[in-house]
Amino acid sequence: MENFEFINAIVLLSNFVIVPALSYGSQLALATLSLTIIYGVLRFSNFAQADWMSFGTMATILFTWLFQSIGITAGILPTALLALPFAIIVTALFCLLIDRSVYSFYRKQKSQPIVLMIVSVGVMFILQAVVRFIIGPNDRKFFDGEKYIVHALDFKNYFGLEEGLTIKSTQLITVIVALIAMISLFYFLQKTKLGKSMRAYSNNEDLALLSGINPEKIVIVTWVISSILITTAGVLYGLDKSFKPFTYFNLLLPMFAAAIVGGIGSPVGAVIGGYVIAFSEITLTYAYKKFFVYLLPENLEPSGLMQVLSTDYKFAISFIILVIVLIVRPTGIVRGKII
Amino acid sequence: MSEDLRAPVAFTVMAVLLAIVGFTQSWSVSLSVINLCIISSIMAIGVNLQWGYGGLFNAGVMGFTALGGLTAVLVSHDPIYEAWDKAGVGIAISAIIFILSITALVFVFRNIENKQIRNTLIILIIVFGLIGINNFYGPSIDIIESINPAKTGFLGGLGLPIIFSWLIAAVVAGLVAWVIGKITLRLRSDYLAIATLGISEIVIAVVKHEDWLSRGVKNVSGLDRPVPYEIELQQSEWFLNLVESINFSKLEAMQSLSSRQDLLNDLVIDSSGIFVKLCYAGLFFSVLLLIFYLSQLALNSPWGRMLRAIRDNEEAASAMGKNIFAQHLQIFIIGSAIIGIAGAMLTTLDGQFTPGSYRPLRFTFIIWLMVIIGGSGNNLGSIFGGFFIWFIWIEAEPLSIGFMNMLAGGLEYDNPLRMHLLGSAAHLRLFIMGLLLLLALRFMPRGVIPEKIQKK
Repeated sequence: MENFEFINAIVLLSNFVIVPALSYGSQLALATLSLTIIYGVLRFSNFAQADWMSFGTMATILFTWLFQSIGITAGILPTALLALPFAIIVTALFCLLIDRSVYSFYRKQKSQPIVLMIVSVGVMFILQAVVRFIIGPNDRKFFDGEKYIVHALDFKNYFGLEEGLTIKSTQLITVIVALIAMISLFYFLQKTKLGKSMRAYSNNEDLALLSGINPEKIVIVTWVISSILITTAGVLYGLDKSFKPFTYFNLLLPMFAAAIVGGIGSPVGAVIGGYVIAFSEITLTYAYKKFFVYLLPENLEPSGLMQVLSTDYKFAISFIILVIVLIVRPTGIVRGKII
Repeated sequence: MSEDLRAPVAFTVMAVLLAIVGFTQSWSVSLSVINLCIISSIMAIGVNLQWGYGGLFNAGVMGFTALGGLTAVLVSHDPIYEAWDKAGVGIAISAIIFILSITALVFVFRNIENKQIRNTLIILIIVFGLIGINNFYGPSIDIIESINPAKTGFLGGLGLPIIFSWLIAAVVAGLVAWVIGKITLRLRSDYLAIATLGISEIVIAVVKHEDWLSRGVKNVSGLDRPVPYEIELQQSEWFLNLVESINFSKLEAMQSLSSRQDLLNDLVIDSSGIFVKLCYAGLFFSVLLLIFYLSQLALNSPWGRMLRAIRDNEEAASAMGKNIFAQHLQIFIIGSAIIGIAGAMLTTLDGQFTPGSYRPLRFTFIIWLMVIIGGSGNNLGSIFGGFFIWFIWIEAEPLSIGFMNMLAGGLEYDNPLRMHLLGSAAHLRLFIMGLLLLLALRFMPRGVIPEKIQKK
């Protein structure tokens, strides 16, 4: 049964590589978009961005608990999706508060980007304390509703294959929500007046000010968009896996890697970078032995695990790619700006 | 306050704080804090050379600290001869293939103009290099890790006294810094921060997972010590006599011989701990003084002036014919070497190497706080920052628990809010750190002991 072997191999790969990478990539792409928008408009690398992610997710969890306790659920969908808009409002307000009390001072002083970056380290400390203080440092699962769309066992039985394909509902939700968010963001940036003035401000601040763009308005819109993106990314990640402040903090590194690999400051680059990092993390650490067992004739079957890097290095891969990109093409895949 | 007075006042305050800990908690606690303060100060000087004088944001402090720690293990641990006999050749061959592939890559990258040929060659080298290394490396590490895995399971070290590792750590950290600097120093400042942050994570990943090299998360404990062991002290004649003569009046006051003997035993046990910590403090303090002296000397030389000139205005310095990249590389290597020394000292003090304990918050960002709050561009400021921030980091926990107790004062013992407040007291120190950094940046951007502007 030559054909079945091939289909089995493809299903195996989809189950363990393509589907997980697609959903992780979408989460990373959203998070990177928010990082890159802050970078493009406010001109600094925000080290606190991963902790904004955990703050937003924490707010969502709190609203989810509130809704659950008064009996509101979203049926087969997770309740967190209902809570998300409220959490975004809270996060955006807190972002603006921090901006007013901390960042705006340095903006007025026209401080160097590096100073703003150090300031963001201070904000990072404070956010970590706030999140851990309110919800604690432990792992939390807040998923409810229908867990699977396609279950491995049903899939196997239905198609009569040896390999099963599992698609969790969170994975489908992730991809759909991420797509909606990206399309609306690009529509906003390309087609609306506010989006255009934001791009103009990012491109050339002085010229934008001369043509009567209100900088304060741009700053507020930037923080709001960043909160929407980062909270959504955090909630999708948390629904898919789980919420833990330390894990979220660690996502800062792949986010930066994705931003630079894609081309920092460029939204399209951020999306590409997010998927590149996610796919390479998963494809490089997957053991392809079984895949080749299906594909190759018996006498050619591999003896080892056929794994490029051990899973221990999953975390380091984003940086290995980052280093390679820095050597070969420091501007990133889509030529971002180097201010 | 006049800026000249700031340093003496700051250090007096610090001494008083440490003395308060000595009187209220114990001198042993105070000395442990001081030892870590000194190590932190050395790290802060390393970062200060890079940031305060060179203007380079190195967010990879953790990586260099871990390299220093690894060096301490590799220098001081006894070699595992069995592992070397059985797998040494395999490891050596993989190392040679690795070095050859890297050299070939660099050669191809530099000398071949045609893009297509270059890219094909690069891919070929990487693929064949990986296949070659995998052939020798995998089986060898399996052999090494199977030799007495509960106790060793790695190649061991050189079996030299651990104090040598401090010097070697500087060399190792410097070499790695050279490689990293070559890659990242041509980038603009915040790229450098992100790249070094990432590279330090790669270093930690290697140290954590290459068990044949470092035992990974199984840790290496029982490292050799540069100072005497407590138990040896307690049994040696001169130490007993010393304790007796210091505490003469206390012992005289005792009535019976047996209670006097009991008191003496207690005193000997206490003092042996303090004596060991004092020895460490002495060693560390000499290193701190030496590094401080040398960096002051270097920074007041023409070389130091050139560095500051580059930091303040790269274009002007470049126009004067200074090679910015080469100078940045130099200061990056020197600063990282100093951080490496501190890393080796830290592992020496702990007596064990625990790769799992390296976290960016504790080993990178706290050090940055020390430099910025202490006063970037001033080594004295970094020393103060090292002492002050480490002191706060340690003492914030008992203080926050006290604060929370006060806050929850009126509540019942098992009130959920009270339990929550007390349970999260530990996180308050992150808040204190963040607040300190933000306040310093806003109201004291040049730090507690600012850089002296030299006017002529």
